[in-house]
Amino acid sequence: MALLSKKDTSLILDPLADNNPITIQVLGICSALAITAELKASIVMALSVMFVLGMGNVVISLMRNIIPSKIRIIVQLVVVAALVIMVDQVLKAFAYELSKTLSVFVGLIITNCIIMGRFEAFALANGPWRSFLDGIGNSAGYGLILIIIGFFRELLGSGTLLGFKVLGDPIEKTGLYAIGYENNGFMLLSPMALIVVGLIIWVQRSRNKALIEEN
Amino acid sequence: MLEHVELFFKSIFIDNMVFATFLGMCSYLAVSKKVTTAVGLGAAVIFVLAVTVPLNWLLDQYLLRDGALAWLGPEYADYNLSFLSFILFIATIATMVQLVEIVVEKFSPALYNSLGIFLPLIAVNCAILGGSLFMQSRDIQTLGLAFNYGLSSGIGWFLAILAIAAIREKIRYSNVPAPLRGLGITFIITGLMAIGFMSFGGMLTGGDEAPNEVEQNTAQKKEKVGEDKIIKETKENTVSYNNAIINE
Repeated sequence: MALLSKKDTSLILDPLADNNPITIQVLGICSALAITAELKASIVMALSVMFVLGMGNVVISLMRNIIPSKIRIIVQLVVVAALVIMVDQVLKAFAYELSKTLSVFVGLIITNCIIMGRFEAFALANGPWRSFLDGIGNSAGYGLILIIIGFFRELLGSGTLLGFKVLGDPIEKTGLYAIGYENNGFMLLSPMALIVVGLIIWVQRSRNKALIEEN
Repeated sequence: MLEHVELFFKSIFIDNMVFATFLGMCSYLAVSKKVTTAVGLGAAVIFVLAVTVPLNWLLDQYLLRDGALAWLGPEYADYNLSFLSFILFIATIATMVQLVEIVVEKFSPALYNSLGIFLPLIAVNCAILGGSLFMQSRDIQTLGLAFNYGLSSGIGWFLAILAIAAIREKIRYSNVPAPLRGLGITFIITGLMAIGFMSFGGMLTGGDEAPNEVEQNTAQKKEKVGEDKIIKETKENTVSYNNAIINE
């Protein structure tokens, strides 16, 4: 028996493209926009969400038969909050500078709609293994968009990737800067994140006409 | 008094929840198709923020922050429970939302009918938790200021969702490229609105004539908040740009 059946594979692959949590389901936008000025922060955020959503989905799925449906939101919030506190403490211990950059947005993973959305839509009705795969798939789709935005914003905004000066040194005039290239500081400001997401949606929907909305 | 006025306008326009920090984007995008529903959700957000931010301020001040337990006795003075703030804040918010729902249903059925369906949505709205977390990281000093902060951030959010809902109602009559329809154009319009709101940034620092001290103060205050790293970076960029010009 294969480790992943065909259905299981689609659980992971679907959210990467045609059922992407950010561009199609419109979940988890807040963090996607606020912390993507640097590629590194985007990657860390994507990994944190992957951890929280994967583990959270398993926990909720294991408890799905004993949670009374009336108080399930509070139960879900407590599970997420506990996982997020773990992430936050680990970040503060091993990557203090980065945790300053992410500031309150680590805490806001708690109210990231992807997490509650997947709990409600999937983990409450499916077994732990499939819920785990669903969690990984959705957070991978989320992470993919985050990394795309982070890549372009950092590259065009400060001319670096993960802190490396890939386009040359703006002060010593090497690389592209030698021929008069300038960084577009505007890309670092928050409104550009929205516009970059808008452009990603544009590209995605013109490639797959089935996703086009009525209005 | 002056600091109240300053905080009020700052939270509505300069640090607008939607345009400057992207909080509550999910419901902002999902519930902005019609003006009437947008008004309902906006009102509920104002209400819940104005209640939960002061409440969480009390929790932070007397339970969570470094040395906050000193009122229990000197032996508790060096406890720092701030790692628990996420779970306590979200618990407060979830309970308050539930409580508010029950109270409103009992005393004002008319209001309940218009707000009712939005109240459960609000527990998971990032704007609400974000309000409390920013209140904590910005070190708001008094209970009155915390209330003011909650109220005015709520008003800022209300303004944003009202504006986008009105624009989306109008845009139905425009010829938008097919792949951009719906979500895509909403993102881009929000981006343009955010650029517009950035121009309010000069309001409190007073533009060019203002004494440098004021700017420095705000800069110091802001440095605590992570998102302002971006602003710093752009400053560095302009500095390097200026250097480049000088070198030439």
